Amino acid sequence: MSVLRILQTLALSAALSATAPLAFAANTTSVAPAKSYAVDIRNFAFSPRTLTVPAGARVVWTNRDDEPHVVTSAGGQFTMSKALDTSDSYAVTFTHAGTYGYFCSIHPMMVGTIIVQ
Amino acid sequence: MRDTDEQPIDGRRQFLKCMAWAGAGTLWLMNGGVLSAKPLTSAGSAAAADATFSFVQISDSHIGFHKAPNMDVAATLRASLAMVNAQSTRPDFLLHTGDLTHLSRPEEFDTLTGLMQDAHPSKVFYVPGEHDVIGDNGAEFFRRFGERQQNGGWYSFDHRGVHFVGLINVLNLKAGGLGSLGSDQLAWLKKDLASLSADTPLVVFAHMPLWSLYPQWGWGTDDGDEAVSYMRRFGSVSVLNGHIHQIQQKVEGTITFYTARSTAYPQPAPGVGPGPGPMKDVAPSDLHRHLGIRDVRHVQGNHLLAITDEVMS
Repeated sequence: MSVLRILQTLALSAALSATAPLAFAANTTSVAPAKSYAVDIRNFAFSPRTLTVPAGARVVWTNRDDEPHVVTSAGGQFTMSKALDTSDSYAVTFTHAGTYGYFCSIHPMMVGTIIVQ
Repeated sequence: MRDTDEQPIDGRRQFLKCMAWAGAGTLWLMNGGVLSAKPLTSAGSAAAADATFSFVQISDSHIGFHKAPNMDVAATLRASLAMVNAQSTRPDFLLHTGDLTHLSRPEEFDTLTGLMQDAHPSKVFYVPGEHDVIGDNGAEFFRRFGERQQNGGWYSFDHRGVHFVGLINVLNLKAGGLGSLGSDQLAWLKKDLASLSADTPLVVFAHMPLWSLYPQWGWGTDDGDEAVSYMRRFGSVSVLNGHIHQIQQKVEGTITFYTARSTAYPQPAPGVGPGPGPMKDVAPSDLHRHLGIRDVRHVQGNHLLAITDEVMS
């Protein structure tokens, strides 16, 4: 299951990498492929708790706990994940600069921040 | 683990036997407006004969969970329900204080429904846990198990002179916060209790602890104190919660707070270890050590002495 998900993620990343430069070719001449950044969910905490990424970055959360978690934007800035069981991942691509606070909707003391520059 | 050299079947049988013991429910006896807890064994039956009535609390069955220390949470729930049915005095009803399922999946709700139906309880009152409302704010839960009294899902009822209140504190949770009742529910609760005389025994139940048991792990309710303030004028109040998969108790004047065991798996004591996940390394034969024996407490109320026996086996 997790292997399949990783393959899907990789496939999707590859697709994004291949299409992103084409899609933005009209606007700029030097667009780097979307890079992935990992956030681990472990022991009821997001790690790193604050992550700074460039605009266009893809952030992938992976649940390493035996408890499910749900990645939820505090301000409704991005779509919330489904219930992530052990080893499940969820990815969001951040295209706009800003500060994105998020939490686990079923364990709300778990909070994290993505800073997009 | 001592059982590793046994045949898998025997190990599993032994495991389930122990888990059945560990995952039992709580038998609540109401006598003259005073609630007391008994272990759900044949020993509880004798006391039940003298009680005004009894009911059983079960909690945190987490149908869908399938990891250490419990690969078969359906079996342990079934075993708990069998113990309920073994009581010589039939409990008037069951309370399930939430986390019926692990991931709010329809097939998990189906399994839970089937197990409960097989046990033929007289009546079950449910409140959702945070695991039951994932993705749909509890729509599926309320469709299947809701009492349909109020739009928010909370409800109350009277049973043989005792006022019961089921509260929802697992919805609309805020980043960095704890469980939440919300202003609508608080307003309803205040009104619901206002017409009652102070000598009406109250039993209030919700999934997450209404008091700040261990906020660092999310074990509490942000606006729980406000709700509890409406209950202080009553002579006998029992607050029953689940969520933390272990027995904890606190007495505050005439109000006694209890948390129940899970029928699925234990969680660590507050602050022990890195987080509140399942205690997966617990050997079945050691489970009782983690459940412990608590003090019997006496609370002198205005008119009555509330004796609260802690559950033990």
